[in-house]
Order: sequence, then structure tokens, then C-alpha cells
Amino acid sequence: MFWSALTFQLGYNATLVTLGATLLGVAAGVTGTFLYFRKRALVSDAISHATLPGVALAFIVMTMLGFDGRNLPGLLIGSAITAALGLYCVQWLSSRTRLTEDAAIGAVLSVFFGFGIVLLTVIQTMASGGQAGLESFLLGSTAGMLYSDAVLIAGGGALALALVVIFRRPMLMSAFDPEFARASGIDLNRTDLIMMGLVMGVTVIGLKIVGLILIVALLIIPPAAARFWSDRATNVVIIAGILGGIAGWSGASLSAVAPNLPTGPIIVLFAFALFAASMLLAPGRGLLMSALNHRRFQRAVHIRQGLVSLAQGQPIYEPLTLRLLQKAGLARADGVPTDDGRAQSSRVLRDEKRWEVARSDPAFEMAAARYDGLTQIEDVLTPDQITLIDTRIGAPSVVAQ
Amino acid sequence: MNGAEFVPLSLTPLLIGCLAAIACALPGNFLLLRRQALIGDAISHVVLPGIVAAFLIGGTIATLPMLLGAAGAAIVAVAMIEGIRRYGRIEPGAAMGVTFTTLFAAGVLLLEMSDTSGVHLDVEHALYGNLESLVWLDATGWGSLVDPTALAGLPPELFRIALVLVMIAALLVAFWRPLAISTFDEGFAATLGLPVTAIGLGLVIVSALAAVAAFDAVGSIIVIAMFICPPAAARLMTNRLGTQVALSVGFALIAAILGFVLAGYGPRWFGSIHAVSAAGMIATMSGVILALAALFGPARARST
Repeated sequence: MFWSALTFQLGYNATLVTLGATLLGVAAGVTGTFLYFRKRALVSDAISHATLPGVALAFIVMTMLGFDGRNLPGLLIGSAITAALGLYCVQWLSSRTRLTEDAAIGAVLSVFFGFGIVLLTVIQTMASGGQAGLESFLLGSTAGMLYSDAVLIAGGGALALALVVIFRRPMLMSAFDPEFARASGIDLNRTDLIMMGLVMGVTVIGLKIVGLILIVALLIIPPAAARFWSDRATNVVIIAGILGGIAGWSGASLSAVAPNLPTGPIIVLFAFALFAASMLLAPGRGLLMSALNHRRFQRAVHIRQGLVSLAQGQPIYEPLTLRLLQKAGLARADGVPTDDGRAQSSRVLRDEKRWEVARSDPAFEMAAARYDGLTQIEDVLTPDQITLIDTRIGAPSVVAQ
Repeated sequence: MNGAEFVPLSLTPLLIGCLAAIACALPGNFLLLRRQALIGDAISHVVLPGIVAAFLIGGTIATLPMLLGAAGAAIVAVAMIEGIRRYGRIEPGAAMGVTFTTLFAAGVLLLEMSDTSGVHLDVEHALYGNLESLVWLDATGWGSLVDPTALAGLPPELFRIALVLVMIAALLVAFWRPLAISTFDEGFAATLGLPVTAIGLGLVIVSALAAVAAFDAVGSIIVIAMFICPPAAARLMTNRLGTQVALSVGFALIAAILGFVLAGYGPRWFGSIHAVSAAGMIATMSGVILALAALFGPARARST
């Protein structure tokens, strides 16, 4: 069942919803990356909570005018209006008053959401609105979605994605280097406006599927996860889009199988699973690789220092060093070097001595800066330079047994 | 409106609303000044999974396990945020966003998958509380305030939030100086030998305590609004910390009273017999106060 949902075999509507969720996830992941790079990830939280009064007001207005209050395009237009108002309030509060942006975000999201709750209770008491089902906008649902709604969501996701592709260059530039972007003739205010407009678009489209409380997760989690995989901005954008798409696709598929569960939380947990996997397993910045690199570095330092001690005939007290040397076949359990160990330790000693000379000579200043106790001097200086240093040291001597 | 109607139906919810608002506004002042305003937001989201987990383990909705569960969830959240921030090298805002959305999602799913039909525990309740239902049915009028048998029937939430408020106020008075110094100049506080990390952590724990106690009674919307709006409005009125804290308490009180009255009696002025959500209205009122302060507050500009 889950498999047939994943492979789009659960009927036309479910397929459309899953496709919409996938497109939405891709668009949200990509858009969120720009927000993430501008360090404004949580602004989207204010925007998404500010949609609630718009949804409720749209319902009230449409009902009063005699239309069906549950008309999705109407509700989404209403939500976009108050979302824009909320965004404007955040901008105004943080630029015109001494309040910081995080305080502005918190104030706007709680007040708009609170007002939305008031309106929801008003709707509950309206004669026609007994069961408006607007609560599904809080946590999202794919159950009982109309064909036209699914088309709207899929189309909206595709549109948002297309806009991201068109505006990717100015957004990337202003996210990374605002000064450079300005100098290149990019209007920063307009780019910010486009970015926030896209965030709003993604939020509004995602309201129905993911719900307004958790849509912010789709904008934050995929970029944070993608950041582990690459240091290149374009790669991060693409990876975030892929991860967001996977989360939307698998979440919506599972939700099609379990219609009683709200869709938003399922999608968010899939996104978090991807985040956790990235944080653990990604090469380079992932925790596992970091731990391995750390261990490798630790071993290299211990062996090098152990060899230096052996070369100078000093006893080794550190048990880890002794164990590593023994495992590498460089020393016996009692700390006496093997033949191999003696050979290597004299090499290390010579290397150290060469470094010592190089570091005391201003002529080698540039190279000496790369001394870290591990790098071999052969990797830094040319053979001619080393020969020059060796003439100052004298011939290599034999290590005492 | 007479005592026979007001005391049993409105007095206790109003009192609880006021106490919860003040309990959140007090630590909110310092969170705001430390640019940690959204900690309150994060905490109030993660309270839900904690309470659900406590329910699943304990099987009841008794108070103590729920408070423990919520406190545990808050600690898990703080650890997760710190872990993601430090080991993942993710910026704090995003680390917070990842954490609280995930924990909230987990809480919602746990709640939906477990059988909670027998108890009063659902997502809506978690979001906007049930302030209106905290009535005092044993009361018959103002005279009940001195009647011991009627007083025994007061909703337990009242005592809980009052106790928490007293604790928070006492802690605030006791640690006022170190808290103020470390809030404004952490480096200077450290040179004085103050344990700045412990102070910061203590503030978060106190905030979590306020959030959990208030959440129990009024839902997370008031919690977030009260953490931020009254202190933010007070911040736009004055440059002095003491005045700011006092003003924020006043604003929280005004928002709670106005909000409750408007929610309960406002719709009647429009000819409707139904009340609207008190929690939502209180949050809205705090927003109105903040808007007024932002437009007319004497210290609203950045330069002063």
C-alpha cells in the first residue's frame, strides 16, 4: 500500500496530491536555502502563523457573500494577504523600533495566531460554519481533497519552483555577499522582496498539505541538512531541493495510506530523519566523518610524538602512544623500539631538526608557517632547500640502542 | 453583572489568566533583552510531546507527571538545539527551527496515534487552552470568598500558577543584580566572577517552568504572546530595567483582563450569545498594546 503510494499508483487524486507535496517540498527546500544563508530562517515562522487570520477572514467574507466558504483559492488569497501584513509588521518593528528581529517575529506570530484563533471561534458559532474544517489548516491533511485543490497545489508548487530557477542568481549573490551583489547592479530590496514573496507563496501553497504550524519546518530543515553535504552554494540549493522533495513525496505517500493521521507532522518527521542522517553520515561535515578524522589525527600525533621520544631515547609513559606504536610494529610492549621503529624515529628526528633550522631562518618564513608537528618538511620545501638545511645540520647520526 | 454569575464563572479564569500572563511576562523581559525571545516560542512548542509522553507512560493526566514530562521535553529541546548548533555548526535560529518543529510534529503524531479519547487531551487544547472551563462551581457569590467549603472547590490550576508565579517573582528579586548585569554586559559579569552560563541556563529553566504552568491552564498561544509582547511594549516605553519590568507586568495584566472581558462579553455587544476564545483574545490585546507602544512609546526609537 505504502509502496503503491510511493510509486503513484493510488488513483488520480492521491497521485496529484503526492506530486504536489513533492513539488512543494522541492520549492520549499530551495527557497529555504536562501533564507538560511541570510540567517532569517525564523522569519518564515511569523509568516506562516500570520496566515491563520487570513484563512478565517476569507471564510467569513465568502460565507457572508453567499459563496462556499471552503473554496480553497479564496482561502489561500486571504491567507496571503494577512501573511504579507505579518511580514510587513516584522520588517516595520525590527527596522523602525529598537526591537530586535526575533522579538518582532515572536510578537507577530503569537498575536496574529491568537487573533486567528478568535476568528476560528467566531466561525464555529456562525450558523453555516459549524464544521468548516478550517482546523485542518493547522496541521495539514490530504484526506478528502478535491481534484481542483490538488491541481492548485501541484500547479502552485511548480510555479514556485520555476520562479526560484529564474531568480536563483540574484538571490544567491545577495544571500552570500550583499556588497558584491549591490556593486553588480542587483537591487537588494527587490531581491529580498522576491525571496520573501517566494517564502509566502510556499507557505500559502503548503497550508493545505503541511499546515501552518509546521510548514516552517520544510523551509528550515532541508537547507540545514543540505549544508552538511556541500560547501558550495549551488550544490546546497540543489541538495536542499532534493531532500525537501523526498520528504514531501514520502510523507504525502504515507499519509495517503494513513488518512487519519495529519499529514504535516509525517512530512516533518521524514524531513528530520533526512536531517539526522545527513548530520551523522555526510562526508566532511558529518559527525561520523568528523569523529573518524579526529581519531586519525590523534593517532598521527601520538605516533609522531612517540617516534620523537624513541629517537631521543626517552621513555614513553602515555599508554595510548605505546599501544599505537606497538600496533604499527614500531616498538615492543616494554617501549623498546624495533628496527623499523629505530629507522622511522631517526627519520622523524631528522625532519624535526630540519624544521627547527627552517623555522629559525627568516628566509624560510613562509614555509615555516606551515609547521604543525605533523607535516613532513619534504612536502613543503624543495630538495635543493632541504640539502641547504642539511649542510647546516651535518650528517644523520645513528640512534643509540 | 452580579456576583452570583461573575464569581463562579469568570473570577477564577480571569485570575488564572492574569497570573499566567504575569508569570510569563517576568522572565520574558530578560529573554527579550538577551535576544532569546524565541526560546519561549520553542519551549511552548515542545511542551506538547512532553505532556503526551507523560500521558502514555503514566496513563493519566495527573499534574505532576505532566509537569515532569513537559520539563523533560524542554530539557531535551535545549540539549538538541545546543547539540545541533555546536556539533552540526548550524546557526542558532535554524537549529531552533529544526528542533521545535520536529518535537512538535512528534508530539502531534504520538497524540493522534494513541488512544486519548477518554481524556481531555488534544492538539487544539494544547494550542489555545481551556481557560473558560476553569470555573469555580462551588461559589455562589462574593460571599464564597470567605467560605472554606466553597474555597476547597477552587480549580487546582489556580494554586499551581499562583505558586509558580510566587517562585518566579522570588527568584527574580533574589537574583536581580547578577541577572541584570549578565543580561546587559556578559563580559563584565564574567569578570566580576558571576557564573554567567548558569545564570543563562537558570533563566531558560525558569521560563520553561512558567511556560509549563501557564500551558496547563491557558494553552501555548498566551504563553508565546506573554513572553514577548508585554516586555517588548514596555521596552519601547522606558530605558530603565526596573521600570520596564514593572510596566510589562502592568501591560500583561491589562491584556489579560481586557482580553478576557472582550472575549466573554464583547460578542454580546454585537448581538451574539457565543463567547470567543479568551486565550486568542488575550494574545490579540497584547498585540494591540504592543502596536500602540510601537507607534507612540517614548523610547521606541533605536538611538535613545
